[in-house]
Amino acid sequence: MLAVAKEDLYTQEIELNMGPQHPSTHGVYRALLTLDGEKVIKVENIIGYLHRGIEKLAEDRTYTQFIPYTARLDYLAGMLNNLGYVQAVEKLMGVAVPERAEYLRIIMAELSRIASHMIMVASMALDLSGWTAWFPPFRERERILDLFEMTCGSRITVSYMRIGGVAADIPDGFLPALEAFLNDLPGMIAEMNGLITGNEIFKARCQGVGKIDLETALAYGLTGPNLRACGLPFDLRKAKPYGIYDRFDFDIPTLSNGDSYDRFVIRLLEMEQSARIIRQAMAALPDGSVMAKVPRVLKPSPGEVYHQIEGAKGILGYYLVSDGSNKPYRLHIHGPSFVNLGALPRIAAGGNIQDFVVAIASIDIVLGEVDR
Amino acid sequence: MGNTSDLIQKLQDLFPGLKGEEGGAMPGLVVPADRLTALMQELKEQRGFNFLADVTAVDYPEGDKERIEVVYHLMAVPAATELRVKVSLDRQHPEIASLTGLWPAAEVQEREVYDLMGVIFTGHPNLQRILCPDDFSGHPLRKDFQPAATEGGQ
Amino acid sequence: MENIFTDLAALINGFLAGAPPWLQTLAMGIVYLVGVLAFIFLNAIYLIYLERKISAYMQQRIGPNRLGPHGLLQSVADAVKLLGKEDIIPRGADKWVFIIASVIIFIPAVMVYAIIPFGKGMIPVDLNIGVFYFLAVASMTTIAILMGGWGANNKYALLGSMRAVAQMVSYEIPLTFSLLGVIMLAGSLQTSQIVAAQSNVWYILLQPLAFLIYFIAATAEVNRAPFDLVEGEQELIAGPYIEYTGMRYALFYLSEYANLVSVSALAVTLFLGGWQGPWLPSWLWFLIKVYIMIFIFMWLRWTFPRIRIDHLLSFNWKVLLPLSLANILVTGVGIKIYQLLTLGRW
Repeated sequence: MLAVAKEDLYTQEIELNMGPQHPSTHGVYRALLTLDGEKVIKVENIIGYLHRGIEKLAEDRTYTQFIPYTARLDYLAGMLNNLGYVQAVEKLMGVAVPERAEYLRIIMAELSRIASHMIMVASMALDLSGWTAWFPPFRERERILDLFEMTCGSRITVSYMRIGGVAADIPDGFLPALEAFLNDLPGMIAEMNGLITGNEIFKARCQGVGKIDLETALAYGLTGPNLRACGLPFDLRKAKPYGIYDRFDFDIPTLSNGDSYDRFVIRLLEMEQSARIIRQAMAALPDGSVMAKVPRVLKPSPGEVYHQIEGAKGILGYYLVSDGSNKPYRLHIHGPSFVNLGALPRIAAGGNIQDFVVAIASIDIVLGEVDR
Repeated sequence: MGNTSDLIQKLQDLFPGLKGEEGGAMPGLVVPADRLTALMQELKEQRGFNFLADVTAVDYPEGDKERIEVVYHLMAVPAATELRVKVSLDRQHPEIASLTGLWPAAEVQEREVYDLMGVIFTGHPNLQRILCPDDFSGHPLRKDFQPAATEGGQ
Repeated sequence: MENIFTDLAALINGFLAGAPPWLQTLAMGIVYLVGVLAFIFLNAIYLIYLERKISAYMQQRIGPNRLGPHGLLQSVADAVKLLGKEDIIPRGADKWVFIIASVIIFIPAVMVYAIIPFGKGMIPVDLNIGVFYFLAVASMTTIAILMGGWGANNKYALLGSMRAVAQMVSYEIPLTFSLLGVIMLAGSLQTSQIVAAQSNVWYILLQPLAFLIYFIAATAEVNRAPFDLVEGEQELIAGPYIEYTGMRYALFYLSEYANLVSVSALAVTLFLGGWQGPWLPSWLWFLIKVYIMIFIFMWLRWTFPRIRIDHLLSFNWKVLLPLSLANILVTGVGIKIYQLLTLGRW
């Protein structure tokens, strides 16, 4: 028998820097973990590695010149960022957008949302070492990017939306390709469900991990799929429709557990709904111009506007203050990832390192938007 | 916007010194700095604005009304009604009570405002720079900040 | 074809006919060692290629296809590249522990091959405690991984090596117990005799549960997905191997594949009738069976996500261990009943 009193046994907590270069931090994000063995006691977010001062840059660019910067925020859903910004300026100036452009915006925005969710499900599977499940979403996402390239020549940093419309009409062959993509999408979702969603190990790893209840989620400012996974069907496309979202028939998928598994599954469900919206928009697509008559130099009258849209990762807000000149006096971007990441220490504390990796993947951050 | 007028009227009775701003796309309130926490508590607990949508600040360095405005956007979930609340602060010593007690969501957003605009949030649990490096000097979103391609803006 | 390797061994022995007996034993030992090493190296290089190809086809990719026909020389090029890389030893590392670990890891990986019957009469050393020897030597791997993780003086490496100890020590128990059923049936620990005892019926038919337990535990023992927690790329970035570079890293990699082959070979020997099979030469049968086992290991790896450490351990202690104990009990009772029925006595 070893004569060691319990209080003589010396155990120590260790601090582990996870990132800024780490396969599971999804970019240059650093988490300072305090560990007791493998158990994560405390999480501290350290961000800013990708801070480019976009808000400051905006003050030195004209309203139109700023459009390309928006796609560099959440670079996985560039169209949605474009959309939020141009709609904010349009709201400030009272510009009306041609019908065809409105429909094209919806199609592109929803395609962007699907592409972003595809990245999320693929990388979450990969973070759990489900290597093979990485490929089906990426295979299909490639087709979305092809569609973008077809339309505006760019795949990621699209800069497609304009104040008063969109940059270009869709080319011939776009709609058939889109149709084919939408027809294949359910197959990909079924493939993911067969490969990973129903997998016992995946379930065991994700269910109950990173759990957050609805009240806490709201207090921490979680929005988007992360909030809807807690059971609240709150989606700005329905609750406060912007653009022409009130014309479409779609559901808001909700799940109730608020854990990593539900956050994963809800993305797959939202893809189906986005596809529904796109099909309706395709059917109703009117002819006509894609660009309103807007002055060459945009000088909104002094005032301010806060415009929120339902981004891929949550509510994306643009706050614009105009002083009457051709440049924004102040532009603030409320990136959903920034706030969602702020809730991560609350979500992830208490699990072990593996749970922490799952939790990061499940809230779906993109560092371009976090650091801005 | 009848409801908003009512709301502003009622709030003005409760909080003397509060000004309403109507006519824009979103109703707004301008409140003296010392009444902010009480107003926010009222809005959150009695008026249904249970969601802190955004915290930011705007710098106005010129003229006799030199000031920093901290701008809060609130939202009622799930009704999606929006409300803007503004506070004007002394530009030399901008200081305002933190809302982290009401909404933990304020924690990162207030840190960002502190980092980029230099507003001190009293009662914030961890008021450090968040986007800029710790040894950075100055607050880049102030209008008089000179951007430079050197480290720390020196 | 059947006797190509045994004839070769006899030929070499023939050259040494006049030499003193100790020299003959020594020389033959070296011959066997060279044979085993060649087997390991060829296998590892080919298995890396195979693994990449199999994963590629599972994932709708092509896989390596540039170097040589169908990319066959890719792994060779990779090995040469690793040989030429700088050997970095971190400043904070415990230098000697760090260096020795990469050598020690390779020793048990080679030693276990001594008792594997590769074909009819093709067993390097026909020990009478063969299975026991295998298990005893194989468990040394843990020490090497722990040394590597500790010596690197890196937190990820330390966490990884702690996981390695927890995982490998626990899974050794059901692994051993699952083999007991076979040993009871064969009445011997000698691998050649176990193979011989399966001439009528393979033990996988008599001991299906034991085979399953062995398979799961072996996956954990060789740290392959879904039990690859030790490396845990997404969490620990490679665990104990994080600081190793060049040839030292290659040694870990090599021994990993060597271990994969050896546990598959043991499974074939104990459950799948060893080298026995009709028409084809015995060593070819052995290879085919081993490769089928390896394919299943790879199949698992590219299908399943990684399990969590606490699930891993509770699965071991709460499911595998009781099951393997029950299996021993049932096997024992079964043997007695069989004896009663056929021999009319206990």
